[in-house]
Amino acid sequence: MTTPARELLTGGEAVAHAMRQIDPDVVPIYPITPQTPIIQGYARFVADGRAHGELVNVESEHSAMSAAVGAALAGARTMTATSSQGMALMAEIVYIAASMRAPIVMAVGNRALSGPINIHCDHSDSMLIRDSGVVQLFAENAQEAYDLTVLAPRLAEHPDILLPVLVCQDGFTITHSAEPVELLSDAAVAEFVGEYHVPHAMLDVAHPTSQGPFAMPDYYFEFRRDQAAALVRALDVLPELADELALLSGRRYDVVEEYALDGADRAIVALGSSAGTIKDVVDELRAGGERVGLLKIASFRPFPVAAVAAALEDVETVHVLDRADSPGGAPPLYAELAAALYGSRSELHSHVYGLGGRELHPADIRELFAGTAGDYVGLRGAACRV
Amino acid sequence: MAQLKPWQELEPGGAIAPSTSPASPTGGWRTGLRPEVDLSKCVNCLLCWLYCPDSAIALDGTAFTGFDLENCKGCEICAAICPTDAIEMVAEGALA
Repeated sequence: MTTPARELLTGGEAVAHAMRQIDPDVVPIYPITPQTPIIQGYARFVADGRAHGELVNVESEHSAMSAAVGAALAGARTMTATSSQGMALMAEIVYIAASMRAPIVMAVGNRALSGPINIHCDHSDSMLIRDSGVVQLFAENAQEAYDLTVLAPRLAEHPDILLPVLVCQDGFTITHSAEPVELLSDAAVAEFVGEYHVPHAMLDVAHPTSQGPFAMPDYYFEFRRDQAAALVRALDVLPELADELALLSGRRYDVVEEYALDGADRAIVALGSSAGTIKDVVDELRAGGERVGLLKIASFRPFPVAAVAAALEDVETVHVLDRADSPGGAPPLYAELAAALYGSRSELHSHVYGLGGRELHPADIRELFAGTAGDYVGLRGAACRV
Repeated sequence: MAQLKPWQELEPGGAIAPSTSPASPTGGWRTGLRPEVDLSKCVNCLLCWLYCPDSAIALDGTAFTGFDLENCKGCEICAAICPTDAIEMVAEGALA
């Protein structure tokens, strides 16, 4: 294990360092809050000669993702970043990136979708491209955002996967909040990520290919099925890579994190930075003898159905926290949990919270565990259960 | 028509190796006219070969020999570009 350098960094700065250390070949980018510090930090490294990627200043996120697809398939390790409306504008090409199996790594600073226009965190932007076929990993803090970004190229470029990987961090809560972050050495990251390789680099003129073909009703279905199978394989590959990274960092990740679930009769399920707040409340309630725990979902896509079902098998009451709503239907994380726990004895509750950056307070979490929180947590005028 | 593959046998992303076009004849898309040549007028300039947007001009080495109707769409570009008017478009089904 290398001696870690511990620095005070925001999530955005930490991921900029990860990008400097990965040193991608091409970074097509368009700025948007709260992702901007990521690419601003990376651009500074390029300007200072500490990173060597081709920074392509494009005219929109649609172009950023389009350039990323071309670069990644040409044979260049490619990264980009976005948030919110940028993600919405990218969405069309995100589907194409996944379908063309372009192993692009994208840093996401999660932010609410307009409207009303808002710049703060929720997960609506990620959920907008839920079904695009990309891997979506959610970080709890700056350290995780850094570590998962270092891991991401290996996952994206794995020959069994070859899909875009999005490392999502909560806008402002992580992107703009400074905390101590342990960086790996530049050499360790360079060795870990290794050389970029795709099976059919378009610039490999000795082996020319046509890519992105039209698929009629006789083949489209088969291509979609193949793409879905590749995404699911990430559930097996991610823990293998996480083990390898843990040898360097001492920090191990998995598709879910179980926190104090042993003997728990009540659990909260959540994505992202809220997991940190929930852990504090779990510690406090556990100290008072309450049997409560947390299941943090690190990989939202692919969704770890078996791991979730196993983790919550003996939990009587499960509160699912969604930081995105699905008007007229089940919120996205709740829908996953309802499917994963179908037939189990667990009682399942859906709670939407935190839209547009609304804070989730420890008192809200105590209410969730007490069973008194309503369907909308932290909303003025929301009905409570009691 | 080639055998349709099951999903497990697809190349990820659908990358296609070169030279697969000959296996997919597209002459059936032809518009209703097909080119005919009067070889006595042909000076073998190969402008038709150069201008053909598909691969419908048949050569033997560098010698023009006629048309590959399996790939000809009937676009008439060869007839228009021929400097000696050796190529004429005729209605599909008409005798040469």
